[in-house]
Amino acid sequence: CRHEAASVVVSSRSYADFTPEATFDIKKVDLHRLEEGPPLTSTLTREDGLKYYRTMQTIRRMELKADQLYKQKIIRGFCHLYDGQEACAVGIEGGITLSDHLITAYRAHGYTLTRGGTVREIMAELTGRREGIAKGKGGSMHMYTKNFYGGNGIVGAQVPLGAGVALACKYLGTDQLCVSLYGDGAANQGQIFETYNMASLWKLPIIFICENNQYGMGTSVERASASTEYYKRGDFIPGLRVDGMDVLCVREATKFAADHCRSGKGPILMELQTYRYHGHSMSDPGVSYRTREEIQEVRSKSDPISMLKDRMLSNNMASVEELKEIDIEVRKEIEDAAQFATTDPEPPLDDLCSHIYANEKSFEVRGATPWTKLTSHS
Amino acid sequence: MASLRSFLRSGKTFVILFVVTSCASVFQVNVRDALNQAMDEELERDERVFLLGEEVAQYDGAYKVSRGLWKKYGDKRIIDTPITEMGFAGIAVGAAFAGLRPICEFMTWNFSMQAIDQVINSAAKTYYMSAGFQTVPIVFRGPNGSSAGVAAQHSQCFAAWYGHCPGLKVVSPWNSEDARGLLKAAIRDDNPVVFLENEMMYGVPFELSEEMMHKDFVIPIGKAKVERQGTHITLVSHSRCVGFCLDAAAVLAKEGVECEVVNLRTIRPLDVDTIEASVMKTGNLVTVEGGWPQYGVGAEICARIMEGPAFNYLDAPAVRVTGVDIPMPYAKILEDHSVPQIKDIIFSVKKVLNM
Repeated sequence: CRHEAASVVVSSRSYADFTPEATFDIKKVDLHRLEEGPPLTSTLTREDGLKYYRTMQTIRRMELKADQLYKQKIIRGFCHLYDGQEACAVGIEGGITLSDHLITAYRAHGYTLTRGGTVREIMAELTGRREGIAKGKGGSMHMYTKNFYGGNGIVGAQVPLGAGVALACKYLGTDQLCVSLYGDGAANQGQIFETYNMASLWKLPIIFICENNQYGMGTSVERASASTEYYKRGDFIPGLRVDGMDVLCVREATKFAADHCRSGKGPILMELQTYRYHGHSMSDPGVSYRTREEIQEVRSKSDPISMLKDRMLSNNMASVEELKEIDIEVRKEIEDAAQFATTDPEPPLDDLCSHIYANEKSFEVRGATPWTKLTSHS
Repeated sequence: MASLRSFLRSGKTFVILFVVTSCASVFQVNVRDALNQAMDEELERDERVFLLGEEVAQYDGAYKVSRGLWKKYGDKRIIDTPITEMGFAGIAVGAAFAGLRPICEFMTWNFSMQAIDQVINSAAKTYYMSAGFQTVPIVFRGPNGSSAGVAAQHSQCFAAWYGHCPGLKVVSPWNSEDARGLLKAAIRDDNPVVFLENEMMYGVPFELSEEMMHKDFVIPIGKAKVERQGTHITLVSHSRCVGFCLDAAAVLAKEGVECEVVNLRTIRPLDVDTIEASVMKTGNLVTVEGGWPQYGVGAEICARIMEGPAFNYLDAPAVRVTGVDIPMPYAKILEDHSVPQIKDIIFSVKKVLNM
């Protein structure tokens, strides 16, 4: 009852008091082989602001909960967390639509969410349960939704896959494009350069995005790359270097890149300068190759959620209470999801051999011994 | 053919029909043309099918298997790639993710090693990892195994390596009927198929019936074929070696030994039932393959026979005839002694039968 009253108060305030939209100055983008870049300002509506805030906060809390569950050994194996990089996933989605396509590597929980997955099914996949988004068959690195092709475990392999998706978009005559993400570590992979070449030759509608979080596992960019100007590494492909901690910067750059692709000009490359608070994965404390001071500095000066929050509050686009309300709702959603992910049963053993082949009648699969005859269903 | 055309022009229609019908019951088609026609028909049938690879378009194919296709279908559907296997195999798999039905040619399967991660990790495993959400309807094809004088780096057989991996279908045609029916089946299959051709077979003609020339003629993947009935011993083989087995069987028949020759057609899933039924009939088994012996196709067949009901019917241990366990040498005399020959098959049969 009190909650209802509070929300009535909030909503009656919103019509009268809040600024419906505001324009913000955003950091200039470094350009490679481009005469013009994205605009230097970005207009944010209150509605979008609240949406971005909620989504980034959801990713943040979901990742922190995953950290907790991993330490309790309820999540096992690989777990690569995205906290700190939220502005990238959310900003990119703000510049494209769900009918566009996206593929990334293994730091994929945030993208699974922005691409239509629910926290519940993501967490249940992490805990390996039957209601997981991949029915417990994939785990952290292998989550899929419509127009989202994972979640890929092999560094760099996702980039040519993304170009293939882009080829299909062009082939089928749609207006769609594919966003193909990779990290600063992957940026040196040969297959990525092979993909730059073919994407350019064939003018594929692909946006290459390098999420440069400064470290490829334990190796800093200076120790891995002869050139750390990742936005230029596409050579003949036009590039932009963007502040990846600012959701509005990312959004404007993505819109610009999307326009470039959709006008048939072929590929474009974006480097998002971002940062991960966690180590490479849950097995990496993340402080042997960087200082705690560095992490703390980014947190205090460049946190993407704080940046958006400050902008909205200082422009009267939302109230402190309203944002706190969102925080509470997000926390509850995560708690419920974690609860579900911990109690949902594991996949049935009948499912062990399923999904080997598509559209095939059931067949026998050899088990661990010649007498163990298992069945595969499509 | 020219006389037939002038006959047609002359207007004597019903006489021509009679002539055409009685001539059309059997066609001489070599393996290359069988593959070509299969691809042509499938490209026509389904707009989502396309071919990419090195030299497949304007060069008409390194081995001319895709001759004429670029002229007919154009740049959109027949795509020349740069020499970047890992990249274009990945692109092909991504296109399959997004709803197209690519045929990805490797100029030879040796070059697939550059792209093997895309074949295994991106293609084969994805349907399973996504719990049935993401299909990968792709065909990887190209010549496999030994050729003539191309030496070690260009002569490896990949049947065992790819046959090892769940999620893939691995097909190894021998003759034109196999090539045509299995390639059509592979292209229509919603799963990743590794299609292992053989360069030495491309130019070899075989008879195809009218039924086989029908545009919907497909051979089921996962079914072996008994090419020759026999009673004394079973020879199981795939690809070019099937021909050697038939030749060996002809020689042995003169000595009163009747060999049953089984053409695997598919490496994975392996048609164990057909092999077992044959072994239970003959009581003896020799496998024949071009690949290396260790951890090979023959090894798998022998293991399965040991583990199944057919073991009790064996009168002697099952034996494998394989390529010699060495990198392929260049000099002709050495190369000839690196691959299984007909005399090796005959020798092994006699040993097994204690003749």
